[in-house]
Amino acid sequence: MNIPAELKYTKNDEWIRDDGTVGVTDYAQDQLSDVVFVEITVSEGDEIAQGDIIGTIESVKAAADVFAPASGKVVSVNEALDDRPELINEDPYGEGWLIRLELANPEELASLMDAAAYEAYCASREA
Amino acid sequence: MPEKIREPLLRELSSPGRQGVRFPDLDVPQSPLPGDLLRGDLPLPEVSEIDVVRHYTRLSHFNHAVDINFYPLGSCTMKYNPKINEALARLPGFSALHPLQPEITVQGALRLMYELQEALKEITGFAGCSLQPAAGAHGELTGVHIMRAYHADRGDTRRNKILVPDSAHGTNPASSAMSGFRVVEIPSDERGNIDLTALKAECDDTLAGLMLTNPNTLGLFEEHLLEVIDTVHAAGGLVYGDGANLNALLGIAKPGDLGFDVMHLNLHKTFATPHGGGGPGSGPVVCAPHLTDFLPAPIVVIKEEATDDLPPFYGFHTPAKTIGRVKAFHGHFSVMVKALAYILMLGGPGLRQVAEDAVLNANYLRVRLQDAYRIPYNRICMHEFVAEGRWKDAPDVHALDIAKRLMDFGFHPPTNYFPLIVHEALMIEPTETESKETLDAFAAAMLQIAEEAHTNPEVLHSAPHETPFGRLDEVKAARDLVLQWDDRPPK
Repeated sequence: MNIPAELKYTKNDEWIRDDGTVGVTDYAQDQLSDVVFVEITVSEGDEIAQGDIIGTIESVKAAADVFAPASGKVVSVNEALDDRPELINEDPYGEGWLIRLELANPEELASLMDAAAYEAYCASREA
Repeated sequence: MPEKIREPLLRELSSPGRQGVRFPDLDVPQSPLPGDLLRGDLPLPEVSEIDVVRHYTRLSHFNHAVDINFYPLGSCTMKYNPKINEALARLPGFSALHPLQPEITVQGALRLMYELQEALKEITGFAGCSLQPAAGAHGELTGVHIMRAYHADRGDTRRNKILVPDSAHGTNPASSAMSGFRVVEIPSDERGNIDLTALKAECDDTLAGLMLTNPNTLGLFEEHLLEVIDTVHAAGGLVYGDGANLNALLGIAKPGDLGFDVMHLNLHKTFATPHGGGGPGSGPVVCAPHLTDFLPAPIVVIKEEATDDLPPFYGFHTPAKTIGRVKAFHGHFSVMVKALAYILMLGGPGLRQVAEDAVLNANYLRVRLQDAYRIPYNRICMHEFVAEGRWKDAPDVHALDIAKRLMDFGFHPPTNYFPLIVHEALMIEPTETESKETLDAFAAAMLQIAEEAHTNPEVLHSAPHETPFGRLDEVKAARDLVLQWDDRPPK
């Protein structure tokens, strides 16, 4: 399981980088299995709050909502996922990113899990 | 796609000028359609009747059906449906009726609907019944509308929240959201029950109600059911019962007596009418006395009581505060015929035995499989149970591989990856109509597959081997949807 040390994590398996980039974790893509469709329901310029639904990821097993790990203004949306949803499986922390935020309140990130806490959280669900 | 038999598409069987039906010559003047309404881009296949009959008959042979073998598709109650019900529904006195016939000419059909309403009320312990909803999720939507109308009628307009357990069918939050409610998910505790602490935290004066499936989708009876219902009622909320799993309670417990306010029934599951492509369904709604005024209209009532000389006269009635009509005409009437026939043929003791045998069969399989498969909420179950399709020493084996491998044994796979709260879920519902021999054959296949997972996982990854088609590429099918005939090669 790949859990990069520099990211922050949510209980719903999203990650966020301090530059405001948001995606879902390696654990999430592994649980979902093959992603077949990504719908991002926010657009550039939208102001969103921590916990808002930003989209849905659909795999052969399930459809899962994705929630904003932090509040801010959406500055870009990964349009490559329209044609290549498999990027989420192949590169969840890189090309499979979902949106980029201009953080409204960077202190919110402190309330999220760091890599060690997230690793323990994943392990607890595997028991 | 690995395949042993390639069934051509109808388009590929097409031959210019071939036709299946010749229409009689016109006996009226021809009246051409306006040119701008015609289109020439529909490549309709030109085929003979026998081409079509053979095509679909061959396709039907690739299919699995409960008439072919065991179908333990959890949550779906794929029991055997007695054929006599079909014969009765096809009687011309039922099948040739028109829904706009005057009441006086359809008294038999109205009596049948009335008696079914009464039977469902008796079985569930409720005061009112509407047969209109087309199937389960439609019944849910109807029930939630009734709850909304009840609160609105009392001027209690703050109630905008419906609670749904995390083990619920996905239709529960969908029905609530479609009715304009905010949905709040309630977690399950370690025994698979609703987490009472989390429930109580959400029981405030914005609570419209709780949607509860009992037994739940883990196949477990809610152990604190009465406390759950009392808690919601004390906060002024209503309790909606998802009747999807009523099969386990027939003749043993009445949801109305337990305190539920409104619920839907799946005639097409519990009362043995075909579904899953063989439908249609039927999702009657039953409710407690304080909600009967809101039922969808019309419902069937006795308009004139019987006399010494005449039978009762049946007719349609519109409840005082009805939420309105939810279906054209009167619902799926042929399903009602089959359901009432099933209820009358089994009678009270027979219906109770349905529940007893469904629960016995599920527990028999649960115990036979529990050493080979982890069962996360392993206690006495009701009509189904959920196992995990994963082992630490076989990390590449998934529930999907087990499901595919089961097809080699001639069985339909269990529901997999639902409910979401169990990893690699395999949801097994044997139903009451299966013999011990069938259950033993299924258990033997499941035990062999568990053994293979440890010793020869490749045979699982490449399964199925014995079916007309091998492992289909579900990912490609979902990513590259082709919904229309196209001569161009797929991308």
